[in-house]
Amino acid sequence: MPKREGPPTFPEANREEPSELLRELVAHLRQNRTQLREEWVVRITETRLLTAMTKEEIFAEATSVYDSYVEALETEAFEALQAYARNLSERIIPRGVETHEVVGIVLLLRDVLARSLFAKYQTDFKKLNRILDAYEPAANRIANTVAVGFVQERERVIRQQQEAIRELSTPVLQVRERLLILPIIGVIDPQRARQLTEQLLRGIRTNRAKVVVIDITGVAAMDLTVANNLVQTVEASRLLGATVIVTGLSPEIAQTLVTIGVDLGKMNTVGDLQGGIEQAERLLGYKVEKLAEPR
Amino acid sequence: MEVPILKQGAFLIATFQAALSDADLNQLRMGLVQQVVKFRSRAVIVDVTAMDVMDSFASRTLREIAHMIRLRGAETVIVGIQPEVAFAMVQLGLTLEGVATALDLEEGLAYLNDKFRTAN
Repeated sequence: MPKREGPPTFPEANREEPSELLRELVAHLRQNRTQLREEWVVRITETRLLTAMTKEEIFAEATSVYDSYVEALETEAFEALQAYARNLSERIIPRGVETHEVVGIVLLLRDVLARSLFAKYQTDFKKLNRILDAYEPAANRIANTVAVGFVQERERVIRQQQEAIRELSTPVLQVRERLLILPIIGVIDPQRARQLTEQLLRGIRTNRAKVVVIDITGVAAMDLTVANNLVQTVEASRLLGATVIVTGLSPEIAQTLVTIGVDLGKMNTVGDLQGGIEQAERLLGYKVEKLAEPR
Repeated sequence: MEVPILKQGAFLIATFQAALSDADLNQLRMGLVQQVVKFRSRAVIVDVTAMDVMDSFASRTLREIAHMIRLRGAETVIVGIQPEVAFAMVQLGLTLEGVATALDLEEGLAYLNDKFRTAN
């Protein structure tokens, strides 16, 4: 019986440890750094990513990303990588770089490096497989880490901006002794309504206000929750000894309040802000007299 | 816990301490009205500046005190409700409706002096 001959087998090399493999491929990536980085930048430009940045900027960032990528492969220090990603994001988000661009360039780098590994180990298929076994999980984890870091930074920026907008948009203004004006503009969600009330109450105490004019000319629409918040604000202000005058109710909001059944007897309302201030002045015992014509 | 009640001319000033038990509040209700009768006071100022929390029992007691004192022909003013306390109260629907309020002792006295001056 002729001996069945299988395909020729190479002598099995000693199985390397995964960490050895990792070291080997990291060394390769470092050695070919210049060439691989260049290849990557070309791919980035070809795919039209990072269009908000100049060539020089892309090159500079690419260098630091490449080095961090390879270092992460080597050290498996993913916290450090995430910190780096957030840092990078802090720099590039203001430039208008989007999430898909960041994910895109990291995946491109992964591919460029993978191709280079194919090229190097193409004669030793078994070794290539082992190298990829070591490379792929690490590379995927890197892509994931960078993307998550970027998104976290974006969310942080958005939260910060929302907070700033909220603060800016609820100024409590003292226009006379004992008289505060709170002009409300825009959309009031429950969180903002709460913040408004707290800010107003603190303002009443600090300024020893006896009258508050809340102007809602700039408020587009009001639902039950917000209407109730307004009533509560009026009631809480009274507990601090201040009278509230609400001005600027649009016909729509007036309709809403009536429909909802808000007890308008509890609310002191005047048509517009000017009227509200005039009434407030009367309540406080001011009389405003015109002495001369404006020049 | 005894709540100090001071006489200031025609007015009485009761200063609430931080943590008053229900028993304290009940005792105070009786005590204040008795003092109003004894001194023939025209008004009572209840200073709750030290209270960092106001529950429904305390709120109801304050309204009852004001009501009983009005039956004696006298006025009640609650002063010193803190912003956080006011906020919490209105969320629970405790509005102290029908009871006069002022920012602090100074404002409370100004309110009463104003009221009695215009009345006379």
